[in-house]
Amino acid sequence: MNQLTPQADVIIPGEWHVRYNYSAGLVASQFLNALRERKILASRCSKSGIAYVPPRAYCESSFERCDSWVEVGHRGVIEAATIVTAAFDHLPPPPYAIAYVRLEGASTALLNFVRGLDLSDVPAAAAKLQPGARVDVRFRDDPEGRITDFHYEIS
Amino acid sequence: MARETAAVIGVGQTPYRIHHADKTYVELAQAAAKIALDDAGMTPDDIDAIVFSMAPTEFMGVNDVDRWANAHVWGADKPFMRINTGGATGGSAAQAACDFICSGVYDTVLVVGADRVAETPDAQHILNLIWDPFYEQDFALNTITMTALAAQRYMARYGVSEEQFARVAVRARRNAVGNAYAHLKGEISIEDVMTSRRIAWPFKKFDICPRSSGAAAVVMTNKKIAARQCARPAFVTGRSAISHTVFMGDRLGLWSDTEFADHDGFWMAGQAAYRQAGVIDPWREIQVVELYDPFSSFQFPQLEALRFCAAGRAAAISDAGGLDLQGGGVAVNPSGGTLCTNPIGVTGLVRFIEAAAQVMGRAGDNQVSGVHRALATAIGGSTQFFTCTVLSDDA
Repeated sequence: MNQLTPQADVIIPGEWHVRYNYSAGLVASQFLNALRERKILASRCSKSGIAYVPPRAYCESSFERCDSWVEVGHRGVIEAATIVTAAFDHLPPPPYAIAYVRLEGASTALLNFVRGLDLSDVPAAAAKLQPGARVDVRFRDDPEGRITDFHYEIS
Repeated sequence: MARETAAVIGVGQTPYRIHHADKTYVELAQAAAKIALDDAGMTPDDIDAIVFSMAPTEFMGVNDVDRWANAHVWGADKPFMRINTGGATGGSAAQAACDFICSGVYDTVLVVGADRVAETPDAQHILNLIWDPFYEQDFALNTITMTALAAQRYMARYGVSEEQFARVAVRARRNAVGNAYAHLKGEISIEDVMTSRRIAWPFKKFDICPRSSGAAAVVMTNKKIAARQCARPAFVTGRSAISHTVFMGDRLGLWSDTEFADHDGFWMAGQAAYRQAGVIDPWREIQVVELYDPFSSFQFPQLEALRFCAAGRAAAISDAGGLDLQGGGVAVNPSGGTLCTNPIGVTGLVRFIEAAAQVMGRAGDNQVSGVHRALATAIGGSTQFFTCTVLSDDA
């Protein structure tokens, strides 16, 4: 056998292909189906008074079942936001803005895209997305029961 | 508090870099295990159980890789378990070993793990998949955007600037020069950080950690065996962990008892760990802090939540040099921290090891003088798992 100089020169390529069908359950199904009618529903616990979006089956504060649905408003305030300017494979093409927004009547903040804002000057756009900035909900023309049926726009 | 106290008697790390072409994943973990065992003056026969520190395995690409790793880290015929709390994994793994030792279940435990985050170009895609597919996955959440949201809110609350975050990155790279294992190191300027490519407001490229590969291991045991094996062990005198809901929006609501921007989990975890360790004034009683800081925005809220200073004050202390390696008040991340090196599955363990090494007087070129107490932290998941561990030279 020849004398070989050890060399770490082997690289084996790999790729994963995995498919799923996620069952949404009763609570998420009700929320997502309501989006088709352009309604954003919160699940409310009468004991704690907390109105959750996204909705929960049980209240995480009182440990009681959320016992009613309430429709939240289509206006709200930004609690946190960012503008993404780098491309990541399998994620949306940049630039785009996302924000957690507390909608009128909701106790918690809900994440979505903020559209309709000129993102070419990032610091200038960021100044418009400060916590406290007011936004409106805009639904797409053909809602299909997905969280992406709507987005936010600066009021 | 438990009567038994866990002690670190051996540590091991490989260098961290983008790739380790000379070893497989499991050989990398094995290398760190061997170094830690040698450091402790032990062989695998002395180990009663193994805690394997590994976060998502999709980065390195073999599912549930603890199976493959078991015998390579000499786990065959022993109790063996994997811990995964995302970025907090290494902190949780070290705490699990402490719990075994303090409860008397096992005397000597090896904590070991490795990661190869750059084995795939799809790391941020994989990280996006920790959020649910109904409400949040569609909005490109990943570790960078999630943290950018918190940083934006923190800046608005306290008037902190991008330049003040940039100074943290500059200090980290400078500290890392003395760390033989660190991935990124060297002098950079605030202007270099400010002019690096924008990724997600307010972050530029140099505000963000690299994707690292490498391995870490630690041997922990009880007081009796520590006295026999090690001249100056590091004792775990305080430890606590807190977890939150995955929904960051809950922590931005009117009723929330935590504030998303403030890393409030550390306020709770810190209180408990300090009480166990007898720490009243952390600024005066802790000399070294190894914070989990994959982004330049992480140090300030952590130091504030851990009561090193009042809320909103850390940036000014940083500007004045109060967090510098030498001559500052508290040495923050003498190793360079997570900003310079992030092998996710063991990053929390690296913080724990670096804090232990400072207490043991074995931190090499980055040894801070007169260290009696050091603190190590880790954060994981949707900014939701927080671990906080105090190491001391006195049990």
